[in-house]
Amino acid sequence: MTKQIVYADNAATCALSEKALEAMLPYLKAEYANPSSVYSLGRDSRRAVEKARETVASAIGALPEEIFFTSGGTEADNWALKSLAKRFEREKRHIITTSIEHHAVLNTLGRIEESGFEVTRLGVNEFGQISIDELCCAIRGDTAFISVMAANNEIGTILLSPEIGSRARERGVIFHTDAVQAVGHIPIDVRAMNIDLLSLSGHKFRGPKGTGALFVRRDSALLPDMLGGGQERGKRSGTENVAGIVGLAAALDDSVKNMKKNSERVCALRDRLIEGVLKIPRVRLTGHPVKRLPGIASFVVECIEGESMVMMLDHYGICASSGSACSSGSQEASHVLLATGLPEQLARGSIRLSLSEDNSSEDVERILQICQGRRPPAGIVAIMEIIRALKCIFGFSAASYFIFSVRRLAFVSSPIRWLSKAFCMALLCVHLSSRPFSIYGSAASYCLASAVAKYQAIIMLT
Amino acid sequence: MFGEEYSDKVIDHFMSPRNSGILPDPDAEGMCGDPNCGDSLTIYLSVKDNIIEDISFLVYGCVAAIATSSMTTELAKGKTLEEAAKITDKDITQALDGLPENKLHCSALGAEALKDAINNYYVRYRLK
Repeated sequence: MTKQIVYADNAATCALSEKALEAMLPYLKAEYANPSSVYSLGRDSRRAVEKARETVASAIGALPEEIFFTSGGTEADNWALKSLAKRFEREKRHIITTSIEHHAVLNTLGRIEESGFEVTRLGVNEFGQISIDELCCAIRGDTAFISVMAANNEIGTILLSPEIGSRARERGVIFHTDAVQAVGHIPIDVRAMNIDLLSLSGHKFRGPKGTGALFVRRDSALLPDMLGGGQERGKRSGTENVAGIVGLAAALDDSVKNMKKNSERVCALRDRLIEGVLKIPRVRLTGHPVKRLPGIASFVVECIEGESMVMMLDHYGICASSGSACSSGSQEASHVLLATGLPEQLARGSIRLSLSEDNSSEDVERILQICQGRRPPAGIVAIMEIIRALKCIFGFSAASYFIFSVRRLAFVSSPIRWLSKAFCMALLCVHLSSRPFSIYGSAASYCLASAVAKYQAIIMLT
Repeated sequence: MFGEEYSDKVIDHFMSPRNSGILPDPDAEGMCGDPNCGDSLTIYLSVKDNIIEDISFLVYGCVAAIATSSMTTELAKGKTLEEAAKITDKDITQALDGLPENKLHCSALGAEALKDAINNYYVRYRLK
C-alpha cells in the first residue's frame, strides 16, 4: 500500500529542481577535474564555477567577485559574523541583531558575546517585525555591525526592508542579513537595499544541500575562514564543490526567472491553506498576515503539543514541522514565538506548513481535509462550546461534576435516555475516527481527551 | 532523535490512546507536571474493593508523553492499589518496547501521576 505523501516542509528543504540536476550531472560524471588544475579539463571546471558565480551575483544584484561559495547557510553566517567580529574587536564592540534570528546567527553571536562584545537583541511585535526607529536608537558610536534576517524561517515574516540598509549606511555601520529563507523567493537587490553581507543557502530554493554562498560587498574586507590552498581568492580554501556550485546557480537562476509566476501561485495556495486552517477552532496564525514569505503558513494550536501534531500528520502522509525543538530532553518552546509574545504553553503547540511551486491545490485540499476532520452539526458544537465555557470557568473536573449532578437531577424515562446515549456514542465514534488536530476529531493528546470529555458529558446529560 | 525511532507500540498508543478522557465521578485524581510550561498528566481513578476498576487520563505533551500515559492506565487497570503503586517508569518503558533515550523522562510522568492519584485516594478515604 502506497501512502499518498504531501510534502509541506519546503522551508526545511525542498526537492532538487530538474534544471539544477541537469546542470550538475556533467560535473558528477565526465567533468570531474579540479578547477585549480591547469589542463583543459581543469579549466572547464573553473569556467563552470566562475559562470555560476556570475549567475549568483546577478540574481542578487552583486558583482561576481563579491560572491564566495560555502558549504551552506550556516557556514556563511558563521563566517560573516566571526569575520566582522574579528575585524572590529579592537575598535567597536557592539552588535545589533534581532531576537528571532536563526540559530546559526543566534548561537554564533552568543559565542562572540562571550568573547567580550555587547549584543543588543531587538524585540519584535506580535507579527515578528522589528521597529526601524528602535533599530536606529540602538545604533551607538561603537556599533560594529547589524545582523537582521531577511525573513524568518519559523513564521515567515519578512523583516528585510531597504530602510535598514540605508539607516545603517548613514551611520557607517555594516549590515549583514541572513537571507537563507528569502533568496529565490522574494526580490533582493544588495545594492538597492544597501546590504554589505548576505548569506544564502542552495537547498532552500531547490538547489543541492551542502551548498551556499556569502555575498561580501567589495569594500568591506572579509577575513579568510579556511586556510589551505587559497581557493575562493584566498578567503576559503578547499577544492570547490563544482557540481554543487553549478547546481546552486542553476536553481537560483530558475527561481529568480520564475519568481513572479511562482510567487503568485504559491501565495494563492498558502492563503487558501491559511484560510482553511484558521477555520479550525482555537488555531492562531503566527507571523505577519501579509508581509510573509510566499510558501510559509505557520500556526499555533491550543492544547496540542507540536511534535504530536507533526507525528499525527506524518501518519496521514503529510510532512510538516514544528517550531518547538524537542531534542535535548526538555521540550523548549520556540524562541521566535516567545519573542512575538505568545505564552509558553501556546508556543509549544506550533506547526509550520511550507509550500513550494511543486505543491498543487489538491495537496492543500488534502491537508485541509486531514486537519479539519469532519465537523459535528452546529447544535452539538453549541453544546460543546457551553461545556467548554463551563470548563474554563470552573475547571475540568468541576465542569464534569456539575454536568454529572445535572444528570442526577434530570428525570428522563430510560428508553429515550438510552436512545440518545446511543446517538451520542455514535457521534463520538464518527468524530474520533476522523482527523488530527481538529479539536473535535483528534485521536490523540489533550485535545482528544477534552473532546472525549465533552462527548462523555453530553452522554451523561442525556 | 538521532536515529532513535519510536517503537510500533508507542505509535499505536499515540494514535489510539486507551482510557483517555475524564471519569464522571472519580474517586481520586493525581497530577504530574506543570500545565503552564511543560508536559502535564492528570490521572483519574475509580476504585472498587481496593481494585482500580476504571482509570482515565488527560495529557498535554509529545508523542512519548501521550503513549506513556496511555500505557500507564493500561497497566494499572484491574490491579489492586498496592500493585499499581509499584508500577515504575521502567515497567512502562518496557511495556512500550522502549523509548528513545531523550524521551525516557516521559515515562516518569506516568508513574508519578499514578502514584499521586493513589496517594490522593488514600488521603481522601483516610486509609493511611
